[in-house]
Amino acid sequence: MGKLENLDFKKNSLRKINNFLQNIDFKKNQREFVIKNPSGNHAICAGLKEDISVKIKGHVGYYCGGMNQNARITIEGNAGTGLGENMMSGLIHVKGNVSQSAGATAHGGTIIIDGNTSSRCGISMKGIDIIIKGSVGHMSAFMAQSGTLLICGDAGEALGDSIYETVIYIAGKPKSLGADCIEKKMTKKDLLKIDELLSIGKIKKIKSSKFKKYGSARKLYNFKIDNVSEY
Amino acid sequence: MKNKRKKNITKPRQSWTFDEYTNSEIRRAAETGIYDIRGGGSKRKLPHFDDLLFLGASMSRYPLEGYREKCSTDVTLGTRFAKKPIKLKIPITIAGMSFGALSGPAKEALGRGASIAGTSTTTGDGGMTKEERSQSKTLVYQLLPSRYGMNPDDLRKADAIEVVIGQGAKPGGGGMLLGQKISDRVAEMRTLPKGVDQRSACRHPDWTGPDDLAIKITELREITQWNVPIFVKIAGARPYYDTALAIKAGADVVVLDGMQGGTAATQEVFIENVGQPTLACIRPAVDALQDLNVHREVQLIISGGIRNGADVSKALALGADAVSIGSAAMIAIGDNDPKWEKEYNKLGSTAGAYDDWHEGNDPAGISTQNPKLMKRLDPKKAGKKLSNYLKVMTLEAQTIARACGKNDLHNLEPEDLCALTVEAAAMARVPLAGTSWIPGSDQKIF
Repeated sequence: MGKLENLDFKKNSLRKINNFLQNIDFKKNQREFVIKNPSGNHAICAGLKEDISVKIKGHVGYYCGGMNQNARITIEGNAGTGLGENMMSGLIHVKGNVSQSAGATAHGGTIIIDGNTSSRCGISMKGIDIIIKGSVGHMSAFMAQSGTLLICGDAGEALGDSIYETVIYIAGKPKSLGADCIEKKMTKKDLLKIDELLSIGKIKKIKSSKFKKYGSARKLYNFKIDNVSEY
Repeated sequence: MKNKRKKNITKPRQSWTFDEYTNSEIRRAAETGIYDIRGGGSKRKLPHFDDLLFLGASMSRYPLEGYREKCSTDVTLGTRFAKKPIKLKIPITIAGMSFGALSGPAKEALGRGASIAGTSTTTGDGGMTKEERSQSKTLVYQLLPSRYGMNPDDLRKADAIEVVIGQGAKPGGGGMLLGQKISDRVAEMRTLPKGVDQRSACRHPDWTGPDDLAIKITELREITQWNVPIFVKIAGARPYYDTALAIKAGADVVVLDGMQGGTAATQEVFIENVGQPTLACIRPAVDALQDLNVHREVQLIISGGIRNGADVSKALALGADAVSIGSAAMIAIGDNDPKWEKEYNKLGSTAGAYDDWHEGNDPAGISTQNPKLMKRLDPKKAGKKLSNYLKVMTLEAQTIARACGKNDLHNLEPEDLCALTVEAAAMARVPLAGTSWIPGSDQKIF
């Protein structure tokens, strides 16, 4: 290991490739790596800790970049379930489409998805910013606690169901809103945040003024029997 | 003519169906409009370890000399895939109980007691606290659906990881921590606003079936470099299939929690009506391990109503590798102590019955985040009590094992047991006392 050409799933195992990236030898000065032939393997780049750049040339399976800290991961393909689940910091950029539960429970950092993503995007998210250039599936931002979900396209059914303090900005239309999720008034601060996210995602086609803001009505924060049909 | 006075009056008859408790619950529901939430496990009278007896040695079996001849108690968990399995001196672990549900000092007490006795503690929903990590020599870190406080640095600090799928008190249910217990520190660890009712999800956010779980376990192993064991905790729902699927998904250890297992808070109707008793779960789980040829390679930990060394030895005789205690550990450190009786009365309860743990007013200072109440628990003294209790349980189990002629607790076997009731005989698959009859089995024991 240690050589660029060996980060190749045709030549090496997941364990060896992850182990190499999890224990970078900084004396060697190299900070940029390329993974070849990922072939939909699962848990690629899970548990990275250091400020490095990894480019993955192809499609990845489940939990790519899971629990990531600091690393910047680019996927030149599609990604499976649980992309960047519980990530703490760093950046994951997917150039294709992404399956369900992208950014689930993630505490920090940024995910950028150039295509569409499936259901439960940002489920229970705890501080991450997720930028989706396409649309998201049903139950996205379910029980989302903190952080921002920026959707340039549309959203499926029950957007933001049982949402806590995550803020959703959407340029398209949600098919329906989930329990306790309501449209909220856009403030100057919101527009600045949207501009910041659009700039991070290098999105120029849509202006911040196109977005609508959704968040929690905070009516389900403490149990009341009269709200029982909402649960 | 004067009427004759009746001599025989029919005694007022209380209904078995509408008993005092039932009626009081109907009145309470009618008044408040909310279901009853409480902590703890099932309070019903269920078939349990009390319904089993050890036969002991006599002419056909030779006993070992108490105190002189060795009877091993140690157990190694995670021998299947982990590079660093955990080695415990006793087969009794401390079950997952969250910081949030319990106070910081209570978590510290559990860590201290377990470390002295040579066993592990388990985190719970709400993350790893420094109190517990610093005091607990062997710490199991739970991965729960909510992922409150979950972070990779803590994951790498853990000695084992427990993927929680179910809890005996509420198979198929998520957690609940009501607003009054969400203090600043609890709120921060869970990334929630202070004072909200925290509803933990009942399903994991990023996987669904056993095929997904196998990939999830691979990810956890990749992050922790295949060092630490991965436990899978299931509730006593369908023990045969759930154990088989946990094994298939790659678990090193299966933790099986029956319906007497406690919870910090859930609906009474859930606790008492969903799931199977602990006794009913053990044999089907062991069947799954044996059918897949991994009994003893994948370890089985049984929890839910373990109270003493007899329970420990009975669970082990039925095929478990270890047991886990939660409610009993809380009692050992001071929960429901009669010395707080006056305060329990003020809360509308009585010592032994107090289960409103979710309200955060625990007089014993254990299931609370109230700084004044928390101070009542001295973690050092409480830790010592827990270690005493764990040692007593171990000695009791050894006493029984020696009487059965076993030089290791793990050599106890179903053949050492008989049952007092038909139900227990059927569940434990041991003969009814005085007979060779195992209900539901063609097997004859002579």
